[in-house]
Amino acid sequence: MMEEHKVIVELKQIATRFGDNIVHEKLDLKILEGERVALVGGSGTGKSVLLSEIAMLREPDSGEIELFGEPITQMSGRELLAQRQKIGMMFQQGALFSSLTVLENIMLPIREHQHISGSLLKDLAMLKLRLTGLPEHAAHLYPQSLSGGMLKRAAVSRALALDPPLLLLDEPTAGLDPAGAAAFDDMLLELHAALNLTLILVTHDLDSIWTVTNQVAFLGERRVLMKQPIEKMVKDTHPVIEAYFANERAKRAIRQELI
Amino acid sequence: MNEEKQPPVISESSDGVQLRGEWTTPYLKQLQKISKNNTRHQVNHIAIAQLDPNGSRVLLELIGNEPSAWPEGLTKEQRGLLELVREKVGPVPAQQESVNLLAALGQQVFRVIRHGRELLEFAGQLSALVFSLIRHPRQLKIKMLLDVLQRDGLNAVPIIALLAFLLGAVIAFQGGLQLATYGANIFVVELISLIMLRELAPLICAIIVAGRSGSAFAAQLATMQMNQEVLALKSLGQDPFAWLVLPKLLGLMIVMPLLTVLSMLTGIGGGMFVAMVQLDLSPVEFIQRFGAVVDPIHFWVGLIKAPVFALIIVNVGCMQGLLAKGGAEAVGHRTTRSVVQSIFLVIIVDALFSILFAQLGW
Repeated sequence: MMEEHKVIVELKQIATRFGDNIVHEKLDLKILEGERVALVGGSGTGKSVLLSEIAMLREPDSGEIELFGEPITQMSGRELLAQRQKIGMMFQQGALFSSLTVLENIMLPIREHQHISGSLLKDLAMLKLRLTGLPEHAAHLYPQSLSGGMLKRAAVSRALALDPPLLLLDEPTAGLDPAGAAAFDDMLLELHAALNLTLILVTHDLDSIWTVTNQVAFLGERRVLMKQPIEKMVKDTHPVIEAYFANERAKRAIRQELI
Repeated sequence: MNEEKQPPVISESSDGVQLRGEWTTPYLKQLQKISKNNTRHQVNHIAIAQLDPNGSRVLLELIGNEPSAWPEGLTKEQRGLLELVREKVGPVPAQQESVNLLAALGQQVFRVIRHGRELLEFAGQLSALVFSLIRHPRQLKIKMLLDVLQRDGLNAVPIIALLAFLLGAVIAFQGGLQLATYGANIFVVELISLIMLRELAPLICAIIVAGRSGSAFAAQLATMQMNQEVLALKSLGQDPFAWLVLPKLLGLMIVMPLLTVLSMLTGIGGGMFVAMVQLDLSPVEFIQRFGAVVDPIHFWVGLIKAPVFALIIVNVGCMQGLLAKGGAEAVGHRTTRSVVQSIFLVIIVDALFSILFAQLGW
């Protein structure tokens, strides 16, 4: 059981500023191995910024980030590169390279980091493609010709190319229809169970939060106000949190009454 | 994750073949080597510390796809992962076969024909629009027209003047060197005047405007198309052509002849300057000679091309812009194409004009 509680991400006293606009101040957050964490909060609370700081795409103005138990501020370039390979990031619009096919997109990180032969490379990329539920014929399509749902799945495939233990997703279900979003959520859960992943997602989709995550980190007042399961979160009496979930709670209550 | 790194190994002992270590992505290269060199071996026991999907894929090559035949020693999770990966691996689907040379040529020809048709259709729409404008002059968006006059006319004056001047100077210089060997210095006037008036002034002008304004038209319209602004105009009961294309068309039709006259003047000015410095031909002599030998028809021959070039540039630029589909990269693509196409068409039409005028004896 000790294995289960390894700390994957730890943020200590993080501060982020854009000019005079202070987004985070003294922000602390701890994410354990195997957790499925949603970062939620009103707009402008710096959810996506926080995600890109965890992904090492942006440095916080002060504070310490520990990934897999090691502080990244003291790391050399090579160590940082190794850390980066343990993190998969799915961007909101997919951010697939438009001049490459889906398969080539997935192959790119594997090829650049592992010197392996072409056939195995393609095999591994196909494996990732099918793991996310994409149809086989999508392999040779270009990102422009993919539908929204397929685009997101392809983006997850590329993020998983190197089998990272940590997967970050920026608004994974935004822009999908409810059925597509539900299918995407199911896929995330399957991947989480099968691949031993830790998930961190920024999302506004309350259905996603209920189905996918087991922990919700609520950003407000420039820090993480609370990290707890959604069932507790919706009953929280903190005014900011209450305001955010006010409608949602009503919705749930009605649904539960119906059941 | 501070534990010791354990590279994957395959070892043979009295108990048989055993696999150990981490079968994970960072060791893919070693894993591939192991699997290549040991395809014949029957693996008897597995004691793998870590396994991930990429590692599983390689492991399956060694131990086969049949779960019942898998060697002992796999943990429950590892077995689950292997089963999942076994289910999901599959060959890369065949790519669409590349077309043969003849078919490719045919496709290319059809593409050109289709494109020519699009261009003509667009030109037709433009002319219909101009006619409807004559009937309803209030359709014209005066402010947008003035905008075009300033941005694509006035603001282009310095660069066109400078380039035409330099062009005239270069031609006078090169031509003058040849003429001077025959002592025919004075003929530099005819050389520079005819070349600038009939050909180069309209051409350089059109090329600069195509690069400066045609590309801007295409980029602007393509961006608006991406943002669905064109559709928004339609939904508000507006004719997108009247807003976006007509002012550009009229504006360039007005501005191009003016710019062409400007580049004629500065081009001949450049020639005159070089004639003075290089060939000892004073500006007074130059102008006297110019008045005596250069027929006004040459001026009109050059000038008449200007509105035609303007039509081409607007037609191509706006059409490329409005045809844009897809993402942001379409904007760049369409912009490039508009410049290439309009310069291409301008030069073709210029050649056609040459033939026409030669036939007419102008």
